[in-house]
Amino acid sequence: MDAIIDNLDLYLQGFGTTLLLLVVSGLAALVIGTLVAAMRISPVPSLRWFATVYTEFVRNTPLTLVLFFCIFVLPLLDVRLDFVTRAIIGLSVYTSPFVAEALRSGVNGVPVGQAEAARSVGFGFRQTVGLIVLPQAFRMTIPPLINVFIALTKNTSVAGGFFVVELFAVGRTVANARGDQVIPVLLGVAAFYLLITVPLGLLAARLERRWVVQR
Amino acid sequence: MTNVLFDAPGPVARRNSLIASIAGGIAILGGLAWIFFTLNAPRGELPGYFDPSRWDIFADPTVWRYIFVAGVWGTLRAALTAAVFAVALGIVFSLLRSAQTAWIRIPTAIVLEFVRGMPVLLMMLFILLVLNTGSFWAVVAALTLYNGALIGEALRAGLASLPRGQREAGLSLGMRPMQSKMLIEFPQAFRQMLPIIIAQLVVLLKDTSLGYIVGYVELLRVNMNQLASFYGNYYLFSFFIVTLVLYLAMNLALSWFARWVAKRTARRTGQKPPNPDEEDEELLKGVAKANAEARQMGQGSV
Repeated sequence: MDAIIDNLDLYLQGFGTTLLLLVVSGLAALVIGTLVAAMRISPVPSLRWFATVYTEFVRNTPLTLVLFFCIFVLPLLDVRLDFVTRAIIGLSVYTSPFVAEALRSGVNGVPVGQAEAARSVGFGFRQTVGLIVLPQAFRMTIPPLINVFIALTKNTSVAGGFFVVELFAVGRTVANARGDQVIPVLLGVAAFYLLITVPLGLLAARLERRWVVQR
Repeated sequence: MTNVLFDAPGPVARRNSLIASIAGGIAILGGLAWIFFTLNAPRGELPGYFDPSRWDIFADPTVWRYIFVAGVWGTLRAALTAAVFAVALGIVFSLLRSAQTAWIRIPTAIVLEFVRGMPVLLMMLFILLVLNTGSFWAVVAALTLYNGALIGEALRAGLASLPRGQREAGLSLGMRPMQSKMLIEFPQAFRQMLPIIIAQLVVLLKDTSLGYIVGYVELLRVNMNQLASFYGNYYLFSFFIVTLVLYLAMNLALSWFARWVAKRTARRTGQKPPNPDEEDEELLKGVAKANAEARQMGQGSV
């Protein structure tokens, strides 16, 4: 136990970096994901096609490979950024198709009858989408989006394998230094991750429960 | 959905859409061409990344043999072993999680929550350092535990989505609850959830690459570490592209298989199976429904 207390400032530093990775790449993924989702449902075929290929391509590439690209291959292309920024780029790109799918499934989850009803009382495209479809789609996308962010939280640990000093990397260093206390050291790291993921998971489950019952 | 939102496009709208499509297509192709030419531009003394001299090692069959024997097989070996164990563990988890007795159900729920909230990579490191298993079993065990938990939740959602009458019919024929569960409900739940299970196996296959970080010899390590340092940085980019293509080939094949199974299930049962492309959403929905069901039956869920 004293291994954690002795290194508490290291832990907190690592936790700070993890939070930084989570928040910044989460926001960036939200932006890219929204763009991709918009392209995916747009009436322009070539954009739709591009968004589909992008989603398929990125979703089937392992995160380790994406981060490997950002850390080791980007310097070959004369991109000079620090490790944290490059890790954020990798995590945002990797997460963006999952955000796009969550948004798209939310829009598709609104029963078609809702849009048909709006059209049949004379609403135009703007009114149908803005007043009827999106408000319903929005709340249905919240639980899946929270799930995407939970996955992102866990995925930030992969950046720890690529020179970014966040929780996982801290845990590995401390565990190597204190071979006698590996179990408490790693459980301490796990506790920090659970501190983010479990409350988010409970929130998603609670929201989903409420809306499943309503439907 | 999209076709309800608009009126059917008339000639002007159709022409505008065509023009926008062509403009978008040109923009995308331009972007791709820009990437290609940037990569292909000479780097100081050295030629660009698509220069034949950077790819000549791939004419050597021993390179390919090494990539496949050590790399691809290393990845597939871990993925196959973990997949078998994960499905088995998922079955056990789903049975324990939907058990009648609270002191089995509630601890299982807590364990599942714990496993699902932890990074797989941390589990790998934990198993590697604490149990001293060697990197292969560390990778396999962590992947089994994590994916077993998710497959377990998917199966539980499948069990809960069955019509109540299935279980009642089994019980009324004099089957014990366990018999009805194993012989009547489980086979149906498994078939219904098969697309989701395969989609989860894609995640598992992708996650074998985390073995790179804990020192397991798989595709990424073989190509990007062993071969790239043997042949030198000159070939790093070429090895990266080959690795990417191999991973995409494996994962896309499995993803398409999941879709095919979903379509086939839909044809055979006439019901709409869960969409493997929206695995996350389907799981969330399924689990919420299963919990609601359990609450109705008077078994509180955690």
